[in-house]
Amino acid sequence: MSVQFNEKQLTEFNRLVARYPEGKQKSALLPVLHLAQESFGGWLSAESMDYVAELLRIEPIEVYEVATFYSMYNLQPVGKYLFEVCQTGPCMLRGSDDIIAYIGEKLNIKPGQTTEDGMFTLKTVECLGACGYAPMMQLGKHYREHLTKEKVDAIIEECRNNAAVNN
Amino acid sequence: MTIYIDNKPYEAKAGKNLLEACLAAGINLPYFCWHPSLGSVGACRQCAVKVFKDEKDTQGRLVMSCMEGVRDGVRIGVEEATAKAFREQVIEWMMTNHPHDCPVCDEGGSCHLQDMTVMTGHDYRRYHYKKRTYKNQYLGPLINHEMNRCIQCYRCVRYYHDYAGGDDLNVFAAHNHVYFGRDKDGVLQSPFSGNLAEVCPTGVFTDKTLKEHYTRKWDLTMAPSVCTHCSVGCNITAGERYGKLRCVVNRYNEEVNGYFLCDRGRFGYEFVNSENRVTQPLIRGRMSEAVSEEELMHELSVLLSQQKLVGIGSARASLESNFALRQLVGAGNFYAGISETEAYLTRLIVQVMQEGTLHSASLKDIEQADAVIVLGEDVWNTAPMMALAVRQAAMKTAANNAAAQLSLPAWHDAAIKELVQTDKGFLANITVAGSPIDNIAQVTVHAVPDDIARLGFAVAHELSNTLPALANADEKLLQTARQIAAALQQSKHPVIVSGLSCVNSAVIRAAFDIAAALNNTHWKASVAYVLPECNSMGLALMQAPSAERIFDSSNANDMTALILENDLYRYLPQATADAFFSRCSNVIALDSIHNNTTEKAQVLIPAATFAEADGSMVNYEGRTQHYYKVFIPKEGHIKESFHWLNSMRIAKNNRSNGHGLSLDELLHEAEIEMPVFEGVHDAMLSPHYSIHGEHIPREPHRYSGRTAMYANLNVSEQKPLQEEGESAFGFTMEGFKGQPPADAAPFFWSPGWNSGQSVTKYQQEPGGAFKGHIPAVQLFHDKVDKAPVFFKDIPEAFVARKQKWLVLPQYHVLASGELSSYTKALASLLPEACVVLSETDAALLGVRDGDKIRVHPGTTALPVKVHLSLANGVVLISAGLPGTEVYNWGDWVKIEKE
Repeated sequence: MSVQFNEKQLTEFNRLVARYPEGKQKSALLPVLHLAQESFGGWLSAESMDYVAELLRIEPIEVYEVATFYSMYNLQPVGKYLFEVCQTGPCMLRGSDDIIAYIGEKLNIKPGQTTEDGMFTLKTVECLGACGYAPMMQLGKHYREHLTKEKVDAIIEECRNNAAVNN
Repeated sequence: MTIYIDNKPYEAKAGKNLLEACLAAGINLPYFCWHPSLGSVGACRQCAVKVFKDEKDTQGRLVMSCMEGVRDGVRIGVEEATAKAFREQVIEWMMTNHPHDCPVCDEGGSCHLQDMTVMTGHDYRRYHYKKRTYKNQYLGPLINHEMNRCIQCYRCVRYYHDYAGGDDLNVFAAHNHVYFGRDKDGVLQSPFSGNLAEVCPTGVFTDKTLKEHYTRKWDLTMAPSVCTHCSVGCNITAGERYGKLRCVVNRYNEEVNGYFLCDRGRFGYEFVNSENRVTQPLIRGRMSEAVSEEELMHELSVLLSQQKLVGIGSARASLESNFALRQLVGAGNFYAGISETEAYLTRLIVQVMQEGTLHSASLKDIEQADAVIVLGEDVWNTAPMMALAVRQAAMKTAANNAAAQLSLPAWHDAAIKELVQTDKGFLANITVAGSPIDNIAQVTVHAVPDDIARLGFAVAHELSNTLPALANADEKLLQTARQIAAALQQSKHPVIVSGLSCVNSAVIRAAFDIAAALNNTHWKASVAYVLPECNSMGLALMQAPSAERIFDSSNANDMTALILENDLYRYLPQATADAFFSRCSNVIALDSIHNNTTEKAQVLIPAATFAEADGSMVNYEGRTQHYYKVFIPKEGHIKESFHWLNSMRIAKNNRSNGHGLSLDELLHEAEIEMPVFEGVHDAMLSPHYSIHGEHIPREPHRYSGRTAMYANLNVSEQKPLQEEGESAFGFTMEGFKGQPPADAAPFFWSPGWNSGQSVTKYQQEPGGAFKGHIPAVQLFHDKVDKAPVFFKDIPEAFVARKQKWLVLPQYHVLASGELSSYTKALASLLPEACVVLSETDAALLGVRDGDKIRVHPGTTALPVKVHLSLANGVVLISAGLPGTEVYNWGDWVKIEKE
């Protein structure tokens, strides 16, 4: 995959950069990295980060130091569906450990790993601010709340169906 | 103000933080992330103390002492139980992932982490799980990387990135997998990278050249020394074992180099161990083994009785050796082994400085300047540590302004950096071909030397309209001049930096006129003129004519020339040097390394390098500094040049039973003979110096002698060679066991403090002057009441000539002639010599990058490098790299396509 924003993404990039004063384009780094991650397969390859550096006219090392700091940037390829299961206190008390173990067992992966078919990645994360709905996880741009084993089964089923339809 | 530490009153200085106050009071308080030159960020949590509200408060609150300012009457508890337990716990966390590989770690024995671990009392490891491990990077031939040892104090990036301005080392990731390194394997680009080895409190970054012949600090024989690689004269500690110089580390000097060194100075020491050393007296035509010292002296006494005896002094030899030569051949026959151009320019600088109407700026003065004008000097390449000081001036001015706004203390590094953002103090960097400090300058100008001088004179005119204005100046130049003048007028203590690198006397005069115009009303500006070599100033003060002036003399034939530590082919164009040797019937050379000049010698005498010699040097600012021998070479014939020259003086005068002058006798004689040197001998510790009748040991008392290197000969450690005659220092671990005078400490050590950070124990306060500090011997004296005499001689604007180019030297930051290239690691980093031309000139000649061209007069063809902002009509040629030729710098040359 060649790394290059399409026209729509470039418009978005320009909008982000325009938020900051002239010459301070580096300030747009965080949102631009999100844009890059979204645009280039859900993760940031060295190639994507170099591309961002080039666009923002900064050194690649300046992008790396930021991208490696935040856990929401994926520096390894991720599956089509990324399960980010919260494991902070409240979720843990409500059984997030069991949920994580169940997902892992069902998909035959450990946290941080991706299924062989490239469909699912399991990731544990810190508090997502939805403690009232614990245990929960983030899937794409949506929260999945009050998780139970049955709900997990349904979510996985749903993802597989979606993938089948979209292909 | 008074502060109470563990209920005892101590005096403390306002504006300091509690950690600094504790250390100044001599209290052992552990720390990692704080550094006197880098300030506080409160990252490591190691320096925690309790602060109490008043005498009755027993609870107190835990604070990080580096983040809390000193207040009058504040009560703190260092030995308080919770504070101690906290500190012990912090180091336990830090050590969970530390590999505990001290026995195989280069830092072991001079490790701040070891010292602090012992200091906190953490001695039992409870963490039994897997440790975090990293991949290490290849960082080039100078610095070794071992990330597993890291304790995340962030000092490395704060030094490398923030302090030194390097942009290729950074910090990645977060939490317990923080990584300090480059974006990928590769050579660290900053020429100040070596300081990482000292800034890092443990063994993540270590000296890779030391690895080649590793010795623990406690097994080194060390002496206070002075760097010989440029005219700044940074203070160094050099360490030796078994006849090999092992390493060079920083020796703190508040006014000169502070806590740091450049890579040329730190790593350029290996020439001392070179196989190319002259170890035996040689008489051409005889078997080298056959020459005894008696025979040598006999041969010499014959040669020295010749009528036409001339001596060629050296800008890289000590004052003592140059003076001994001068005394041997007579003042009228003593010449400086430099070109006439260089001699003329240095004489001009000496004249300016001796006037006394300008203060000579030390590196500390430069660091504290609130405006800096670099006029024509390629300071990054000719005096790297001065470029680092210029950077600090720009950074600190912005920091001071920001701190004053919110009345923040100067040590509050992170807060101040947040305020400052990208602001910088005023720096105008005016050079021929640009420099890495361009990117922190408000004004950058790339111009030919004459136009640089014109800009300088225009600035002087803006400052004082009694000075002449430029005739037919273009508006752009005048605008720049006005901008610079405005900044200078607003500054309180500006520094003007100039020097020899653009080989133009008008530039030197313009720099004087700017500073003098600023001082005309009230004294505020100081000036720094960079010179080419470590003792260029010392030689210049002897007022000897240049070697080229020998040709002026009508009977300059059949001379017997005595050449002191000097390869004439490095200072004079080849044709001139050849002409000189063709007029000599006998050449006697004293040098430490075989070179083109020693090839010409009938008699070659082995001279000691800085590591094997005592001597004095005068740096660019007129500061006399003394260096002491680190060891006596095994090759018994290697002696200091002045020692040989003294013997020759006796032989020449046929005083068979006379004794040679000792070092201090020689200096006394020099002071009498040349009053300009008055006081130089205060810069050295008298050979009769002792403390309670004991001399200062060059070896730490922990010297083990357990490497059994020569166990096949004798199981006992061999006794080091001893000096004849008296000396303030001994070559063993025997002698005075207490703290020696800080100015002449062979190494820094204090109980519980094995690393270089023990220097705090020698200072009045962290980052301040030494206890019992002896003022520097400064040969130039400020004359506050004297009115300056302006030069006012503005040169004509530069006009490029047809088919001819103005030739200028292009120096390299890691190369000091051939000496630093004897360190293999440094040699591998030196670029290929090249010829730099402007884009237009390259097109005119029909050449592109990499094409070879020949410069006349010169013998080798060199590749072209096209420079985008170089003026037309100028050509820059690599100088100082091994094998490069010398041109008549500042003269006109022809260029021919190969």
